[in-house]
Amino acid sequence: MSASVRIPTILRTYTGGAAEVTADGATLQDVLDSLDAQYAGIAARVLDDNGALRRFVNVYVNDDDVRFLEGLATPIADGASISIIPAVAGG
Amino acid sequence: MTVTASPAIGSAVALKCRECGTRYPLDASYACYECFGPLEVAYELGNVTREQIESGPNSMWRYEALLPVVPGADARPGLQAGFTKLVRADNLARELGVKSLWIKDDSGNPTHSFKDRVVAVALENGRRLGFETIACASTGNLANAVAAAGARAGLKSVVFVPSNLEAGKIVTTAVYGGTLVAIDGNYDDVNRLCTEVAASRDWGFVNVNLRPYYAEGSKTVGYEVAEQLGWRLPDAVVSPVASGSLLTKVDKAFREFIDLGLVADHPYAIYGAQATGCSPVSQAFNSGQDVIRPVKPDTIAKSLAIGNPADGPYALDVVRRTNGAIGDVTDEEVVEGIKLLARTEGIFAETAGGVVVATYRKLLREGRIDPSAETVLLNTGDGLKTLDAVEATSKPTMVISPSYDEFEAEYSKVVS
Repeated sequence: MSASVRIPTILRTYTGGAAEVTADGATLQDVLDSLDAQYAGIAARVLDDNGALRRFVNVYVNDDDVRFLEGLATPIADGASISIIPAVAGG
Repeated sequence: MTVTASPAIGSAVALKCRECGTRYPLDASYACYECFGPLEVAYELGNVTREQIESGPNSMWRYEALLPVVPGADARPGLQAGFTKLVRADNLARELGVKSLWIKDDSGNPTHSFKDRVVAVALENGRRLGFETIACASTGNLANAVAAAGARAGLKSVVFVPSNLEAGKIVTTAVYGGTLVAIDGNYDDVNRLCTEVAASRDWGFVNVNLRPYYAEGSKTVGYEVAEQLGWRLPDAVVSPVASGSLLTKVDKAFREFIDLGLVADHPYAIYGAQATGCSPVSQAFNSGQDVIRPVKPDTIAKSLAIGNPADGPYALDVVRRTNGAIGDVTDEEVVEGIKLLARTEGIFAETAGGVVVATYRKLLREGRIDPSAETVLLNTGDGLKTLDAVEATSKPTMVISPSYDEFEAEYSKVVS
């Protein structure tokens, strides 16, 4: 399965400045592994030492926060759109 | 990225990651390159005296030595927010059976909510960094504040809100003439879109790329409470919780005042208040969790309807450290809270204020807050902005013809 992944500014040093890249995988975990194979070190910025999503990063699959889906086990359909976005609050 | 000869802004010296401590220059950034953690302003606070503060302007700029702003903010175009009334609430105290109660009434700000404070600090930094457009994601109050402050400062404004906001908050934003973008989605959707827009536009988003500065503006609520009590800390504060930022900044303000020797070190407890229909922080607190599980908001307290609160973990830390608590109340109780405050103290709070009053009452009934503790309730906004919350239950007592006999007859029925 191939998905497009939107990369936040602070991770673009890994992608050579690219704001959107493609990666493969049946689940979000697989996609992150695929990203890391292309851009070494990028997954460790999104995941903590235990391999869980970092507290202040939000990941969306087709506009849904993966915390409302199945987290890293969220299935990724072919052509899915994934966004990695730093958490910010406001009001 | 390292800090290279970044000039200090007042007493602010750097941005610092709250999670891993990495330091950055004082520019428009908000997330740590190392760990995505939120950046916060780091200070080297010099000697600040009560006299120095008391001789300052009657606005939040009396505390500018403790804020990340270029000195002289009072003289630059802005809304002169803050220094709102601290009202002694004896009637409400009597009704609730508590000893000493105050309302910090931030509905008295220029656009009638505490958001004028945070926007003031963000605007100062937006101007310093050369932005010509200020922007925000908002649940309404912030929208008002950004649109008005932009107008006063002569900057363009672009404000993003959920399209289902209260009509009062749409009108009170649009009237200032900036661009108002209504989005078919909830606040978390709006926030997410703004994060993406902020990455591609050269705009100063007050609560995205200017967020570290913006958040510091909330400290002035805490400073004012302490000064207005006669340079001392209360026993307890009850704060509404949306993102969780205000609650944590009130705590930060109290600790800074203690460290600076401006008030005596006095134990205080900080309590949080949420609407049950959007209570992720209350749920985490009451189930003993450290992790906040996001929710889809469903409450009339729209100014608190942030389902994925970024400062929630820090709010939990503060409440636990100070031996406070977090409670939540139903929409029906929110309306009761608004009406109770209005009836006893003549203060018409917006829904967030209703959440605070109702949560305080509930915590008292549950024995989770000490009735003898001198307590300050934060009212963060004006009831005129959320009329629809109380419309159905706030009607004329009677509708009569202009007839003396009819008045006497009808009035005798309601007053026995």
